[in-house]
Amino acid sequence: MHMRTALLLIVAVGLAAGCATRLSDDETRQRAEHAFREGFAKGNPAVLARVQQQDEAQALCSQYHNEPTGDVAGRIEQSQTATIRFPASGKLMGDWRRGEKIAQDGYGMRFTDRDTKRPNGGNCYNCHQIAPQEISFGTVGPSLFRFGKLRGNGETVQKYVYGKIYNPQATVACSNMPRFGHNAVLSEEQITHLVALLLDPDSPVNK
Amino acid sequence: MIAMRVPLVAGALAAALSFVAAAQDETQKGIERYRELLSEGNPAELWEARGEELWKAKRGPKNASLEQCDLGLGRGVVKGAFAQMPRYFPDTDRVQDVESRIVTCMVAVQGFTPEEAMKNPFSTPDRPSDLEALASYVAAASRGMKLDAPLRHPKEVEAFRVGEQLFYRRAGPHDFACVSCHGENGKRIRRQDLPKLNDPKEARRIFTTWPAYRVSQGTVRTMQHRLYDCYWQMRHPQLSYVSEASIGLMVYMAKYANGGTINAPGLKR
Repeated sequence: MHMRTALLLIVAVGLAAGCATRLSDDETRQRAEHAFREGFAKGNPAVLARVQQQDEAQALCSQYHNEPTGDVAGRIEQSQTATIRFPASGKLMGDWRRGEKIAQDGYGMRFTDRDTKRPNGGNCYNCHQIAPQEISFGTVGPSLFRFGKLRGNGETVQKYVYGKIYNPQATVACSNMPRFGHNAVLSEEQITHLVALLLDPDSPVNK
Repeated sequence: MIAMRVPLVAGALAAALSFVAAAQDETQKGIERYRELLSEGNPAELWEARGEELWKAKRGPKNASLEQCDLGLGRGVVKGAFAQMPRYFPDTDRVQDVESRIVTCMVAVQGFTPEEAMKNPFSTPDRPSDLEALASYVAAASRGMKLDAPLRHPKEVEAFRVGEQLFYRRAGPHDFACVSCHGENGKRIRRQDLPKLNDPKEARRIFTTWPAYRVSQGTVRTMQHRLYDCYWQMRHPQLSYVSEASIGLMVYMAKYANGGTINAPGLKR
């Protein structure tokens, strides 16, 4: 009898402990946020704050695993469209040669990148095929080879490309691509050089 | 014999690697040739051997060897322990990976402070890391076994769910999460293949081959280093060594990798 009671008690306590530690989705999120804050505790306070505090698009895309439902996607695309700033000069096509350098360059914003005067790169080739001479390109994003040749280089296309680099989530919510302009990774001028790399008829992309 | 061969091959390879930027395809072929050359031995064997010496040496304020360490299968059992990690350890009340557990033992068994135990997790060319060697030794003792990381204890399940959250957590100036690069099959960064880490076929191949000798770095790197380096590329701050976040991500990967055959330390670019 005593043995049986003791056994039942052990089972009951075990079950209770199991239930008590089973976290709800909200609790799991909180637990993960706590782990994240503890996991990234060293370094520049501004940089730490920036990764700890997600903005609306980051939080929603994380929550929906980058597959937002229609209304959420619409909400993201609307708010992100409102962030796009075009250059005051109105000139969207810069110098494709400088664009090619930016597309190759991965410098910037890693915790070992101490030279803050050196401009950030766009690292575009990491994910895209662009000029055919560069055979070391990634495939996370679509090929951009012949981009201008296929689509022309009129004002509408220029605006589209500029906007896509400035904030790709304006057109595709939860796109994998960084919001280079919105997040101040690249300057407006740098983005115009990338527009030229894709659209200028003299760019190797369109040869 | 390995000791003689490795510097020669490594020297030739270093020369080959100087062309990396110019011809990534050639480099890939070079690495494949290198893998064949090393079919009888991987430079990581030097790390395994040093790890074994460190494991058996009496060290620290308590002048004790790590042979007293419990890696999950009982005190002193090294064989097969790595195949069941990460796992929950009642004495620390935490889920731990191999590196976290080695640190625990260096503190509890040998009397080092946590700071001393963790002061040099990643080697530099002029400063080898004991932890890289110890992790290599422990991993090698499970070579050929199937990964069977337990996901039964509530804290193991919790670690998996934390890892899943973090896998999808986008942040920082580039909006990157793990899934940005590791969520689809058949993708590359530059010429480097990217495994989809929640696909069992890919995870079994990748997760079971860390720690690995990295040709491009000339040293063994661990899974903790792989995650640290990923977050560096993701423009996040520095990931803390053996943090709960790092172990959650490992449990997440381990769930998909379970059933894969351990072939660690591996050999990678």
